[in-house]
Amino acid sequence: MAYDNFTILRSTAVPMPIENVDTDQIIPARFLKATERKGFGDNLFRDWRYNTDGSPKADFVLNDPTYSGKILVGGKNFGSGSSREHAAWAIYDYGFRCVVSSFFADIFKGNSLNIGILPVQVSPEFLERIFAAIEADPATELEVNLPEQTITLLTTGESETFAINGYKKNNLLNGYDDIDYLLSMKDEIVQFADARPF
Amino acid sequence: MPTPNTLFDKVWDAHVIRHIDDGPDVFFIDRHFIHEVTSPVAFLGLEGRNAPVLFSERTFATADHNTPTLNQHLPVADPLSANQLDALERNSAKYHISHWGLGHQKNGIVHVVGPENGITLPGMTIVCGDSHTSTHGAFGAIAFGIGTSEVEMVLATQCIMQPKPKKMRISVNGTLGKGVVPKDVALYIISQISASGATGYFVEYAGDVFRTMSMEGRMTVCNMSIEMGARGGMVAPDQTTLAYLKGRDLAPQGEAWDKLVPYWESLKTDDGATFDVDMTFDAAAIEPQITYGTNPGMGTGVTRQIPTAADQADGDASYQKSLAYMGFAENESMIGKPIDFVFLGSCTNGRIEDFRAFASIVKGRRKADNVTAWLVPGSHIVESQIKAEGILDVLTEAGFALRQPGCSACLAMNEDKIPAGKYAVSTSNRNFEGRQGPGARTLLASPLVAAAAAVTGVVTDPREFLN
Repeated sequence: MAYDNFTILRSTAVPMPIENVDTDQIIPARFLKATERKGFGDNLFRDWRYNTDGSPKADFVLNDPTYSGKILVGGKNFGSGSSREHAAWAIYDYGFRCVVSSFFADIFKGNSLNIGILPVQVSPEFLERIFAAIEADPATELEVNLPEQTITLLTTGESETFAINGYKKNNLLNGYDDIDYLLSMKDEIVQFADARPF
Repeated sequence: MPTPNTLFDKVWDAHVIRHIDDGPDVFFIDRHFIHEVTSPVAFLGLEGRNAPVLFSERTFATADHNTPTLNQHLPVADPLSANQLDALERNSAKYHISHWGLGHQKNGIVHVVGPENGITLPGMTIVCGDSHTSTHGAFGAIAFGIGTSEVEMVLATQCIMQPKPKKMRISVNGTLGKGVVPKDVALYIISQISASGATGYFVEYAGDVFRTMSMEGRMTVCNMSIEMGARGGMVAPDQTTLAYLKGRDLAPQGEAWDKLVPYWESLKTDDGATFDVDMTFDAAAIEPQITYGTNPGMGTGVTRQIPTAADQADGDASYQKSLAYMGFAENESMIGKPIDFVFLGSCTNGRIEDFRAFASIVKGRRKADNVTAWLVPGSHIVESQIKAEGILDVLTEAGFALRQPGCSACLAMNEDKIPAGKYAVSTSNRNFEGRQGPGARTLLASPLVAAAAAVTGVVTDPREFLN
């Protein structure tokens, strides 16, 4: 599925200073029953965001009008647990394009990159600086610069570089996906398969 | 002398078609499992590209995640679940993929039916849109969970683009104590290294404990690899592995089998091979485990107290949030805590050995009145074994009933939801908030701990019931 390419993102951010945010929280299993990829943003963080009667929980950050933006900032070990890509779809569908944390679970990170969300891993210290800056001023803007691989707190100019492999970076910059690449080497794959012992 | 190599490197390197500089490997997949929840959008993508399935014989479909565990002969009541099950059947038929749907005699949880039918073999690469695909590593395969974009990739090209993980070896040496079973080994390791302690790594399990462990036990431990953050875990194949697989329906037979044996015997870590992380635990230090929090790393010995926040690697706020959800406090004893539900099942502990263990404790005893027990076999084959071995009679006499196979209350996509606020001792793999139903509180444990709780109605040390 095509996604918007990613170059430089300037935005305010939504802080979620909770550790081990697992994909069951991002989207509970009972909302995985669609056979199409649409509407998952409505159920993003469903059980943290809504009471059982469907009314919003006032103290949850997504229900607090003070905070908004295209960047979600989470505590360490973000996206652990289930491999459900629906978690990344829900984050994208809600309007986020970038998730910042000091540590990401592997599968979530891969899923995000595959659908056009940039996971930015920063140092624990820089993560604390971001949380503190947003707490002091929710209008704080961050700049995530993919070509330069930098993330900057625009209020203070504090900046850090982040890692991403060159192949994935190129995909995100251009909106490419892996299947196009793999289909282009189909003959090589078929030849390889023929030589497998099973 | 060739350079000493690890089991993981041997299997990984044999599947790399192309290495992209500053990028992932183009990685060939031998076997691909699909189920009803994470495959529909992948098939839509395939249609959108007008691409065929490249090797339909390498993909196997089974319905498990949202299937009911009662009255499977009736139409599925939930229209959304029924729609996903129909989509799996339709897509499998359209692309000529083997499909074990609801009611099929081979139907069951994907990570139970793959091995028990001999689809999983040593030296393979195996993926599925499910993080517990790590289970298949018990056979010396590289097996891990993928997202739906990658399911589409595998259908279209039989490959994914995967950076090679780092390597970790976890050895457990010595002998396990009475009442300590593979699930305890897994929960213990995770409690020691945390739920993210192996993120970025692929684990090889080694040492005395794994060498003498059954295939069911190895599957339980490899299954839980993802709960320490590892993409997967594996155990070198040996005679136990081959004895388990030989003669299984879809395993190679006769000459084809014989030809593979020397290759399989070469699949082990050479002396002198190195790992990025190499750690060792003492089997004697492990007691029956139970979790008290909302990630699988929050576990301890069943006789212990809940640790204080000061002893935790995670921040105080996250720790307190977790205990508040569970309705627990620091320094409380786990023993004697009242429980409401017991769940025996899942891809972690839904195999015959798990039902034997559970039955060994409930035999001659009675289910506690305050406990609702859901006993869910991992497959119809497991269900048949339970009946054939007389285990069903033991369970029935003790006041338990058997349900039909599926993922069930492990992730509560079907009707099997633990009610809000209730406590469930579960043999499954995740104690996340709401995992077993909105507001449900999960205590992860072995089938023995679950059985002891089922007959007493409170958290109990199963060793009290073992001679």
